[in-house]
Order: sequence, then C-alpha cells, then structure tokens
Amino acid sequence: MTTATKPASGAAGPTTAVRPSLKVPASLGVLSLVALVFFGFLGPAKTAEMKVSEQGDAIALPALQIPGQAGGIVLAILLLAMAAYSIYLWNQGERSPKWLPIAFAVVFVFALLVWIVAGAREPSISLAGLIAGSVTLAVPLVFGSLSGVLCERVGVVNIAIEGQLLGGAFTAALVATVTHNAYVGLLAAAAAGALVSMVLAVFSIKYLVNQIIVGVVLNVLVSGLTGFLFGTVMAPDKELFNTPARLDILPIPFLSDIPIIGPILFEQSVAGYLMYVAVAVVWVGLFKTRWGLRVRAVGEHPQAADTLGINVNATRFWNVTLGGAIAGIGGAIFTLVTIDSFTKEISGGRGFIALAALIFGRWNPIGAFLASLLFGFAYNLQSILGIIGTPVPSQFMAMLPYLVTIFAVAGLVGRSRPPAASGIPYVKG
Amino acid sequence: MTTKDSNPQAGPEDGPGPEKESGAEVQAADVALDTAGGTLEPSLVPVSTQSGDTGHQQGPVLRRIVMGNGFVSVLAVFVALVLGGILIASTDPAVARTAGYFFARPSDFLSALWSAMTRSYVALFQGSVFNPRQGFSPLLETMTVATPLICAGLGVALAFRAGLFNIGAQGQIIISATLGAYAGFAWHLPLVLHLLVVIVMGVIGGAAWGAVVGLLKARTGAHEVIVTIMLNYVALFLLDFLLNTEAFRRPGDVSPISPRLDDSAVYPQLIPGSRLHLGFLVAVALTAGVWWLLNRSTIGFEFRAVGANPAAARTAGVNVQAATILVMAAAGALAGFGGIAQVAGTEKVLTGGVAAQIGFDSITVALLGRSTPWGTFFAGLLFGAFRAGAVQMQIQTGTPIDIVLVVQSLIVLFIAAPPLIRSIFGLNPGRKKRAKTAVKAAVATGGAK
Repeated sequence: MTTATKPASGAAGPTTAVRPSLKVPASLGVLSLVALVFFGFLGPAKTAEMKVSEQGDAIALPALQIPGQAGGIVLAILLLAMAAYSIYLWNQGERSPKWLPIAFAVVFVFALLVWIVAGAREPSISLAGLIAGSVTLAVPLVFGSLSGVLCERVGVVNIAIEGQLLGGAFTAALVATVTHNAYVGLLAAAAAGALVSMVLAVFSIKYLVNQIIVGVVLNVLVSGLTGFLFGTVMAPDKELFNTPARLDILPIPFLSDIPIIGPILFEQSVAGYLMYVAVAVVWVGLFKTRWGLRVRAVGEHPQAADTLGINVNATRFWNVTLGGAIAGIGGAIFTLVTIDSFTKEISGGRGFIALAALIFGRWNPIGAFLASLLFGFAYNLQSILGIIGTPVPSQFMAMLPYLVTIFAVAGLVGRSRPPAASGIPYVKG
Repeated sequence: MTTKDSNPQAGPEDGPGPEKESGAEVQAADVALDTAGGTLEPSLVPVSTQSGDTGHQQGPVLRRIVMGNGFVSVLAVFVALVLGGILIASTDPAVARTAGYFFARPSDFLSALWSAMTRSYVALFQGSVFNPRQGFSPLLETMTVATPLICAGLGVALAFRAGLFNIGAQGQIIISATLGAYAGFAWHLPLVLHLLVVIVMGVIGGAAWGAVVGLLKARTGAHEVIVTIMLNYVALFLLDFLLNTEAFRRPGDVSPISPRLDDSAVYPQLIPGSRLHLGFLVAVALTAGVWWLLNRSTIGFEFRAVGANPAAARTAGVNVQAATILVMAAAGALAGFGGIAQVAGTEKVLTGGVAAQIGFDSITVALLGRSTPWGTFFAGLLFGAFRAGAVQMQIQTGTPIDIVLVVQSLIVLFIAAPPLIRSIFGLNPGRKKRAKTAVKAAVATGGAK
C-alpha cells in the first residue's frame, strides 16, 4: 500500500497544496451508506447467533447474540464514522491512514455476516469454525500470492500460479505416496513448482517471449500433463500412486485452546505454520534487506540496477524460481492437508484468485496475506450459506472475490500500481 | 517435458554460449523495436508477425523459407507431436516391460516404443480426418468442432493486433450462448427471423461483455488480463445461477439444463448425417471479414497502430481510448459468434459446460495462427482436429484426452520462441561458425564469464 500510493503524490508536482485522491474517502462513504440502508434500515428482524467457542474448549465463552436490524444500524454508524474521518482528513489535505480501509473492511464484512446470518433460515453459525475454515482455505492462496509477489516485484508477471499450484499438488500426492513420507512430498512439491517457474523464467528471460503468453500456456501445459499422468498412472493404481501420507495437524498445547485465535494460529499443519513464517520472511526480505532492495530495484528500474552492477536477469531467474517453489508448497496443501488424494484440476482456479489477492494486496506480502484471508473467508461463507439457507444465492457470493478484484484493479478502491518494469523483458544495452 | 529440455540452457550465468548467441540476438532486435528499447510494455504480437520487414529476414529465398515463421510453425508442431509421443510411450505398459530387457533384445523395446507413439496418433488421425470405415466424414466433425474455436480465436487475434490480451473469450462465449439460447427457446418467432434474433442477441451479449473490459482499460487503466480472467468466473457463476432458475430450466426438471432450442432458431445442417452446420460458413465469412477489417479498412489500421505503439498512434490523431473499447467489443462479438455456434449449432441446448474449454483453446489458436485471420482459421481447424480426434483416440487406445492439451501448449510455447526451434534443428544460418568459436573460447577460458 505504501509503495503504491506514495509515488503518486510525488508525481503530482512541486505545488504544495495538492489534495490526495478522493477515491478512498468517496468509496468508503458510498459503502457505509449502502450498509446503513441494507444492513440497517432494511435489516432482518431475527437475531443472529454466533458461537465463539467450540464445545470442549478449555475456555468456554457464551455465544454472541446480535439482533439483525439494531446490530446493522450500530455497525453502519461505525462505518459512517470511519468514512467521515476519512473525508475529514481529505478535507485537511491529508491521506487516510493505512489501517483505515482495513478496519473498514473488517467491520463491513462483519455487518454483512450479521445481515446474512440473521436473514437465514437457521440464524446461527459457529464464528470460530467460520474463521478457522477461512484460514484453512486461504493457505494455498497465501502461498500462491506470495509467489506472485516475488515474481512481480522482480519484474516478471506470473500468470502461471495456477500451474504451479497444480504441479505442486500432483507431485506432492505422487511422491508422498511412493515414499510414504509427507515431508518428502512437500519438498517434491516445492521442486515441481520451481520447475514450472524455471520454464516461465527461461522463456520470458532468455527467449523474451511475452510473459503473459508463457504463463497462460504453462497453465494449460501443467493441466494437460497432470491430467494425462493422472489418467495413465494414478487412476489405474490408486493404492500405489495416489494415497499420500498426510501432514498431521500439530496443535500447540494450551495456546490452541484460546477461542478463535487458537485454532487459526496454533492448530495448524506444518505447512500452515510455514505460511506465517513465509509471509514474515518475504516481507522482511523484500523491505528490510539488501537482497530485497536489489530485487525491487530490478523490478522498478532494471537499467539503473544493471548500472549499479546487479545482474538483472540472474536476479529475475532465481526470484521467479523461488516464487515457484513457494507456490508448489501451496499446491501440496490440497493433496497433503485438505483432500486425501489428487484429482484432475484439483486447484480449481485458485491460482487466479491468488493473482487477484496479490493485486488486491498491492504487491505487498502482508497485503496479499490479508487479501487471501478475505477470499478464503468468501469461499468458506459460500459453502456455509448453502447449509444455513440464505436469500442470497451462493453463486453471487462466489462471484464476490472476482468482482472485488475488478473494482480493485479499476482503482475504485484506491490506486493499485504494479512494479514499473513488471512484464517488460530486459535487454542489455 | 519442456522443463527437461530447457533446463540445461536455463542457467542465466552461462556465458555467451552457442544458443544464447543464436536466438537472443535476432529476437533482441525485435524486442528493442517492440518496446522502444524497454520503455514501453512489450506488444503482445511480436513485430516480426506484424506487416513489414524487421530487417533480419533478408537473404536468399531458401534461407527466407527456412528462417520464415511458417516453416518454424510446422517444425514446432512436429516437435510438440514427438514430445507428446514420448510422453505417451513413457507411460505405456508394453514399453516399460520391454525396457526391462532392453539390452537382451533392444528391437522389442524399439518396436513397442514406435507402436505406442504411433498408435495414438493414428487413432487421432482416424478420428479427425480419414478412416477406411467412414471415409472423410470425421473431417466434417473436425470442422464442426473447429467452428467456435475459429470464431473465438478471431476475437482473441483481433485484440492481440491492437495490443490487448483478451483472455476473456470464455466469459464472452458463455454470455452470448446464454442470451442466444434464451432467445432460442423462450421466444417463438418465424423461421429466418428467429435465427437472426438468436445471433444478434448472442453477439450483443458477447460484445457487451468484451466492451466492459475495453471501457475499464480505457478509463481506469485496469489491466485487461486481470479483468478478463475475473469476468470469466463471473460469467460462469452467472450461468450457473441462471440455469437454476425457473426461466432457464426445463419445465418440471430440476437438473441445470435448458429446454431445446426451437428448430427455427438453430443453424441449418449443411451435410446430412453429420453435425456440420451453417455456422462453419459463418466462421469462414468472419475470417474474411476480419482480414478485410485489419488489412483494408481505416479502423483496422487504427487498431494495428494502437497495438504497435499507442503513444505514436495518439500523436497521429487516433482516439486510443475509443479504439480500445471498440476492439474489445469487436473481439467479444466474434467470441459471441462462437457461443452461438455452440448453442445454435453443435449442442442445441444450454448447459453449464456449454463453453467447455473453447475460450482457453482459442487463445492458443490465435497464438498458433500468429494473430492473422487466415492463420487463426487454419490453427482453429488443426485444434478442432485434435479435439475431434482425441475422443476417438481415448476410446480406441485409452490415451487420455489431456495429451491434446500437452501437445497444444507445447506447440504454442515453441512457436513463441523461434530461436529455440531453430537451435533444435541447427537452423541458424551464418551463426554456426561463430557458435563453434564461441564454444572453443568458452572451453579455453574454462567456461568463465
């Protein structure tokens, strides 16, 4: 977010009293009015029940009881206050702080949840389960979008995230079955993702083929390869090739009993813990180390980087490879954690959602992480909606992440700016 | 497969080896032209495929043929087929068994290898072009399958020429098929009029779905790749939702499938006994139309100017924003004809899988056709043959259909990187000597940079 917005003000020129863009305050204002009308005035009469702690938790908390209409109005007023603050800041010629849109999004999603649950046939859900499920669904998205961050920050567009996830999922299932060891499977998935990435790197860096074309074609290639090998190798002998060892859930004693936070932070598989580590490492690496400065320099202005003695194409190659390895681990989640075997097209378009999360998160690891969580939440909500029975058709919930992304790239939720040299091959001289 | 082939050359630190020398130089010149020395985003269509000479294709006729793009395309198809064959053979039980005693009787292994590689392709050919039992009637099926591919491929190619990457053919097909099908089964109109209404509805739907992308790109700079990918999913879920409503379901049926389109609403059959319909001739006409548009009309020239260099086009007085919106609308309309070919020609009903993989295949079709209308047409026929033949291949030999995806994507990968293909066949004239000396130099310096 920071990198995305700052240059815009710098580009505005030397004149002092330039007002920041009205886009953020205006969209917050419109959204909060929408919330007031739909969630508040037209809100459902029933009371939404949200269970906070599961049965058998060490610390049991009572369930939240939120009356649909009154709760909607209160939350909408909160949203209005935030929008007003943003407009006030704009009026003072200041930019809205970073946390404001995020806090707004959290409250808005909660208001939406109250509205949906209170309007459902069965107005009761488990909040803890909803959030834990969202994180589980978000794990591959986080890995995928981190891969995208690493590639795009160094100036290579990675449309092949889908292929990397799928390749990782397939390899993890195959290797974990053959070796009876899930950790070897995890490593093999990383290698497979890296391999897909290397093809992307070779064709886009060495042969200067348009990166988007290579990415699109690689997705098809991996889909075909895994589908073919699934049909000829895995399907005929499932016992021998497609019953992978699982990555066990490793709960941390005591900590995992904390309501809501416990399951999402301290009751994960190795890959789940790895996700938090990866987000932190990529963020620190990109923004606090010399390596990260070089990477970003290559992605923003390769010529300048080259002048300073950085090997542009080598940096790109290894970064893209690393990104592929990370996405490969994300793919392994499908076959080693979520589902117990490989099926065709198991990634089901999650790679494109990861791409969306990366853009929505503005090419920042933490932003991509938060956006992935939001999309994971949308996925989970979609399946829960089917169970509790709501007036909103589940297909429209399913569309939401995609529509949100379109709004994001269209700059309606604030300008999103990719690294300057992203997608442009570097030819020396 | 490709990974294995390209990895040895992957190391970015390897010095100016023979391959690097040969490929990169020619293409670097193209890219420098393409991106004005790296300041512009690369055009999606390499300059070498746009009209005009880029300077490196001169020389004797023979060399021009060998270096030319058409010949490289043929070689790319050949290499992709061979690699696909190796993949088929590698999973073949007979090959694995004979490999066990390879040193005792290598001939067994080789004949098993050959039969595994060819058996599938023979079945593919018999299912798509000619077989002794049915004569050339499989060819008609190929043309039927190719029809929507050609239409949608033309849409993708047209957008390419204007420098836009239209991944949204899938969504455009879905929307046009939905609207067209609705007009086809819900309204009951006289004979010729009904089909025309169906076509118009579908084409408007596809054009609108494409124009949204152009509008967002022109007004806000939203990248069309992202927007089209997202709109594909939106269209898919919209169709899923509609097929679960009363208006689109068959009366008294709960499965998500629409009623059959009226007989007055579908393309007439061209040859009795086959599925080939009038839509194929429409596709031929569209190909000619797009050729005329691109090569003979002012607006087509503007599209190409925008694609080659938007800044220069703007300076020359082209309304780049309007051209962007218009070209995406036109691309959507062409994909829309593809959707109509599906519902009003091949399938005659609307289902959730009406667009199948056509939208994604059409991207590879346009790339293989190098974004020229007639190139796209023949690429569409080729991929139609793959699709039609793959069904027979799976029935006869048990080779999964997915092999077609592998071959298709390999073809496009190789075509996108002509230097790779030329180096596989040692077709870099005038560079061999230098390559040899470069190797010698590398050996002499111990491979140091």
